[in-house]
Amino acid sequence: MEILVCVKRVPDSAENEIEVKADGSDIKREDLVYSVNEWDNYAVEEAIQIVDRVGGSVTVASIGNPDAEEVVRREMAMGAANGLLLTDPAFEGSDGRGIAAVLAAAVRKGKYDLVLTGAQADDGAAQVGGMVAALLDWPYASLVNKIEVQDGGMLRVGREIEGGNQELSDIQTPCVLSIQTGINEPRYVGIRGIRKVASVEIPVLKAADLGLNAADVGRAGARVKRADYFVPPAGAGAEILQGSTDEITAKLVDLLKAKGGIK
Amino acid sequence: MEPALVSPASAVLAGIPARLIFILIPLVGIGAFAWIMSRRIAPLLRAAPDNRFQRIPERIQAVLKIWLAQWRQPRYLLAGVLHIVVFFGFLILGARSTQLVVLGVVDGFTLPGFGGSFGAIYHVLKDYAGTAVFVSVVILAVRRAAFAPARYAVPEAYGKGHTPEALLVLGLIATLLVSEALFDATLMAAQLTRGQPAEVAPPLTLVWVIRHLLTGVAVGPLQGLHLAAYTVHDLTFFFFLCFLPLGKHFHVITSLFNVFFMRLDRGNVKPVRHGVPDSRLDELKSFGVKTFEDFTWKHMLDFYSCADCGRCSDRCPANRVKRPLSPRFISIKARDYAFARYPLHGAAAESKPLIGGIYSEDEIWSCTTCGACEEECPVAIEYIDKMVDLRRGMVDEGMVPQSLQKPLSAIEKRGNPWGKLEKKRADWVAGAGDGCVVKRLEKGEAAETLYFVDSITSYDDRMQKIAQATARILCAAGVDFGILGPEEKDSGHEVRRFGEEMLFQSLKDHNTEAIQAAGVKRIVTADPHAYNALKKDYAGLPPVAHISEVVAEAVQRGRLTLTPGENGSKTYVYHDPCYLGRHNALYDLPRRVIDAIPGLRRTEMAGDCRDRSFCCGGGGLMLFYEPEEEQRMGVVRVQMAQAAGADVIVTACPFCLVNIEDAIKVAGLEGRMEAVDLCELIDRHIQR
Repeated sequence: MEILVCVKRVPDSAENEIEVKADGSDIKREDLVYSVNEWDNYAVEEAIQIVDRVGGSVTVASIGNPDAEEVVRREMAMGAANGLLLTDPAFEGSDGRGIAAVLAAAVRKGKYDLVLTGAQADDGAAQVGGMVAALLDWPYASLVNKIEVQDGGMLRVGREIEGGNQELSDIQTPCVLSIQTGINEPRYVGIRGIRKVASVEIPVLKAADLGLNAADVGRAGARVKRADYFVPPAGAGAEILQGSTDEITAKLVDLLKAKGGIK
Repeated sequence: MEPALVSPASAVLAGIPARLIFILIPLVGIGAFAWIMSRRIAPLLRAAPDNRFQRIPERIQAVLKIWLAQWRQPRYLLAGVLHIVVFFGFLILGARSTQLVVLGVVDGFTLPGFGGSFGAIYHVLKDYAGTAVFVSVVILAVRRAAFAPARYAVPEAYGKGHTPEALLVLGLIATLLVSEALFDATLMAAQLTRGQPAEVAPPLTLVWVIRHLLTGVAVGPLQGLHLAAYTVHDLTFFFFLCFLPLGKHFHVITSLFNVFFMRLDRGNVKPVRHGVPDSRLDELKSFGVKTFEDFTWKHMLDFYSCADCGRCSDRCPANRVKRPLSPRFISIKARDYAFARYPLHGAAAESKPLIGGIYSEDEIWSCTTCGACEEECPVAIEYIDKMVDLRRGMVDEGMVPQSLQKPLSAIEKRGNPWGKLEKKRADWVAGAGDGCVVKRLEKGEAAETLYFVDSITSYDDRMQKIAQATARILCAAGVDFGILGPEEKDSGHEVRRFGEEMLFQSLKDHNTEAIQAAGVKRIVTADPHAYNALKKDYAGLPPVAHISEVVAEAVQRGRLTLTPGENGSKTYVYHDPCYLGRHNALYDLPRRVIDAIPGLRRTEMAGDCRDRSFCCGGGGLMLFYEPEEEQRMGVVRVQMAQAAGADVIVTACPFCLVNIEDAIKVAGLEGRMEAVDLCELIDRHIQR
């Protein structure tokens, strides 16, 4: 099975303190460290496991500036055979549909049976997977937490529903699936693994290579335009506790006691 | 004069000279033994390299102390003393058994140097030695069968118990002793019966008892018994020899070599591959131990040398709290696998990954590298390097639990396992107090001493107090010091011990460069893990001291004066951090520092202190690992302190403090027990 996994380089929410720029144009990025979006990492692990079971190969694609190469390489160190870097200044400022258009174009350039995305990105809006499927006119299943390959190009996919229950659906390849965390245990990639794939060539595709019109993607083609970033003012009834951890804990306990939360 | 009995070498059995049989038995025995040993040596020849042929004088010293003087045996008193008797009995009786074997071929043979008066003395000595061993063997057999200590039990997951093997070997030893005594006693009895001058049996020995039992027996039956005793001894001797390499009694042969080749240094970790420098690690195709042949030959020799005494696991904190790790079975399982993979006959077991084959991932992650097992092992088996090598293999294969992947990735990106911002690494300085100036070496300030803080003490709210106390101590002692601030990264002590060698190498390179650029003359740290890393894992740094060394020296020179505290009624107990005590032998200094506080009452957790200290639960990445366990190690430790009658546990390691403070809460001892770092304790008692 030929699988394309779409991955995104995001500021790691566990290792950053996210602050908004004063002018509301973006978050402050000077001190940020980045990693592969957590959901995407599960998607790559799942793709590798599928290929281990039924054969084929995994390709990892990422849209972004040349820094995105680092996450592509990291996922290749996990075991993806190929990488694709979709880089063009024309892609900057894309809305979800723009990103989906670039990815769909990349899918059309290859011969893939299955496209996986993360269910959402740390800094995203959980819209790309579905849009890629729509643009390709492929079937789509979201929030997938289980994949079984069956005969005749059918997949049986699972999704967790309310109350911890499991739903199973059959879907015909080629198709797009968005992957939920917890579907597997992604393997560890250390510095050594990344160095092993350090010299592997990663093709870079621009808008023209993908047959895309620069006006349809990026800021020019965006139909959803970001207006502002700001910290919402504390609303009535909300209180932010200040002080050291011990002080905050003590205040919280007092509050909970006062409001009858604990006795 | 005609001999009282026909000797084995002269006897004729059913028309055949018995000598032929007594030539055949050793030939077959030695042949079989050589074949078995060649199979046992086979994997060692395919193993990873390890140069253990250097530092010979130290190795000889180790052999004299640990092997010959049985140094570690009395740590378990009864078993130890009995083992010492049997061990020396074997050494003494080995000569006699060898002589007996040759006597079946050469009449009147004595070993070179065993004639004359030495021979006479030896003859008496071996009779008493044999008797002592016989008594010990009886005690050991009764103990094994009826009063076996809990540490001998084999958990169901690890297969059948080893008692039958133990009893069989005790039976073989007893057979050797009795047949040897019977051989001598029959001759003495026959001499008496024939009215010849008889050799005298040393009183109360086995031979003395048997000679008395044979009084009045006719020469005919004595002749039969004499030859039968000889034959039984000969057969048992060679059966025993060939049986040794088949199980846990292999240690009788290998322990001498295992001790000679033992690890001589403490606290260090073996290189990924001996002979490959750090700068060329990238050239290695594979990292760590994945299959059996990835172990070094010394580690294989360790497996062969395990006597199954259970002391390692008895002292192992992970085993104590029922984590899925028992160091004893790390050895036994590998030994059994080695035997299956290199069988004496038949098809060899297929090579398979050790993880998932004989070990589980959780088993290998459960080790805190506290070193209690290695401290105890009477034959100097090493475990930490094996754990690290197996982890290197797992890391290389991507088998790292999610709970450890996050902190590893954070260390890679931010230099600390919480992923906190680099620029906040020195935020603790603000709380050091006005009178104390902490220089910032990364900003170009110069100082004589670098205070290496390390991650937990830099970032953790509670542990920052240790950093602040350390800074105030250094100020009060007049030390000219500074820190590296954001230029300091995690020392990587646990990164390395958790198998992420390349990440460790990058941390080491970064810190080494930063420290060298700071131009300091020495390094001080209050974190034993950082202390051990800088001292043992790094190279090319100025001397490294633990804060207790600095305090001890300052007190001695009168630069620091300690005043009586207000907690006069409390009883303090010192908990030895593994990486200060066992791995660096700093036992007395921290105690001396505590005792320098006038009027402070201190007790000991007798039997669980110093080199038998019980690990708090582990430091560094171990704080993030989520083990399967029934209890926290820290809780066991706190209960030990409580049993010792202490109200305050003093430790000298931030990780110990985290674990012990948590454990006090879990054990429900809040308000009755407290934990304090040595630096905090000293800081409170400085006369300013």
